[in-house]
Amino acid sequence: MDTNINTFEQLLSVCISNNKGIYEIAQENMANSADISIEEVRAFTARSLFAMKEAIQSGMASKESSMSGMCGQDCHKVQQRFRHAQPIFGKTFEKIIEYALATSEENIRMGKIVACPTAGSCGILPAALVAVSEDYDFSEREQINALITAGEIGRIISVKVALAGAVAGCQAECGTASAMSAGAICQLMGGNVSQILHASTLALKNLLGLTCDPVAGLVEVPCVKRNPFLAVHSITAAELALSGVESQIPPDEVIDAMEQTGALMSPTLKESSQAGLAVTKTALQIKNQIFG
Amino acid sequence: MKKSTLFDIISPVMIGPSSSHTAGAVRLGLLARNIYKNTPKKVIFKLYNSYAHTGRGHGTEKGLLAGVLGLSVDDRRIKNIFESEISKNIEYEFQYADNFKAHPNAVDMTFIGENKMFISGESVGAGEIAIRKINDFNVKLTGKYNTILLVYKDMPGMISQVSSILQYNNINIAFLNCDRNAKGKEASMVIGIDANINQDIIENIEEIPEVYFVSYIEKLEQ
Repeated sequence: MDTNINTFEQLLSVCISNNKGIYEIAQENMANSADISIEEVRAFTARSLFAMKEAIQSGMASKESSMSGMCGQDCHKVQQRFRHAQPIFGKTFEKIIEYALATSEENIRMGKIVACPTAGSCGILPAALVAVSEDYDFSEREQINALITAGEIGRIISVKVALAGAVAGCQAECGTASAMSAGAICQLMGGNVSQILHASTLALKNLLGLTCDPVAGLVEVPCVKRNPFLAVHSITAAELALSGVESQIPPDEVIDAMEQTGALMSPTLKESSQAGLAVTKTALQIKNQIFG
Repeated sequence: MKKSTLFDIISPVMIGPSSSHTAGAVRLGLLARNIYKNTPKKVIFKLYNSYAHTGRGHGTEKGLLAGVLGLSVDDRRIKNIFESEISKNIEYEFQYADNFKAHPNAVDMTFIGENKMFISGESVGAGEIAIRKINDFNVKLTGKYNTILLVYKDMPGMISQVSSILQYNNINIAFLNCDRNAKGKEASMVIGIDANINQDIIENIEEIPEVYFVSYIEKLEQ
């Protein structure tokens, strides 16, 4: 087994030549590299999955504010509305928005979440994965398979681009999370390896250039609300890929574009809060109120 | 940069809101505690740059103290650590400074107890950390490996004496870094190893002539 997979092209060819899914290759390679069993890889993944569901539950039940006071009530507001209103795209859509907000708000109130791949983007993948699994009855085994595939997609992106806003902007954090989520959902819904990779690529390609300009340097504005947007975004990508829509630019080349875009992005827009939303009049007022 | 694994991408399970400013802070405190070997009577934290400016909104101070007290990154007690029973018996103080030469997320920790120790570290992103200074010595400890730290007189043959003890015990060395203050004076060696080791091995290293101090620093849980 070739344990040194660094590109999506390599991953696709290993999957095809071994007639295996991404998660099968990924769990074998993880087991080999860490010198543990495949069962241990799956148990580790199951713990993350469990913690994601726990974060959704506690987030859905809370409306406590963050330390800054900027965020914390949005999930509650959405739940209130859907007590009497019909979500335009149906129940799963409602859940995805709520679960993403629930998780992100848990994060900013110092609750327990899973950084996936980062804390600021922690609501995206769990919202889509858990909501779709609940409404389409996917087993825990299938959910773990999907999470392993998502992790492998994130890992391959991270070979070229560090998944940090300070290095490549939000495209690297929430963009990667959305790409991981798109791949996971595509796999759950029966997509083949090529479709899964195209789902991820379509999601990522549409987020190239996304900056990281958080107000007052906190993981709150615009981060919390960006999570439900990009969870829904990942479903669009999965639906397109499942229909046979492909990215005209191959997955690895989109990662190259992301790396270059991140390098060219002004440092003022990479988690330093020196430009963009962070220096708007209101943002500066908020910053003054919080830190004095 | 070291390549991420699948596990790095789908973890850690952590208390939010920031992997660098919250989870990283806890891990810095934890690793410093492993180096000091004990809960100190008092710790003085000096936060630099981004840690100093945005730490409060990220729970950085809470994370640092929680780590020093031995709490892991996913412990729900971190949020209210200042009010918690477990922080009642330790004195702590936070200082803030700007230093363009320091890492954006740097912290100095002065541990005061039976002995006094200065430990400086950085949160380098995605929850990854590095301890860069212990007292006067430059080191690089990431918490990813069990590590032997020794301070000794700078002289020929020290590396081979230590490595032969490890080899005799069938222990593989993952990395080895040395630093010294001046030729022939005190030097430090940091050895990352793949296994666990027992106290006998540490004692064997302590018995090498001109070794002043040996410490075994356990890796952090993932």
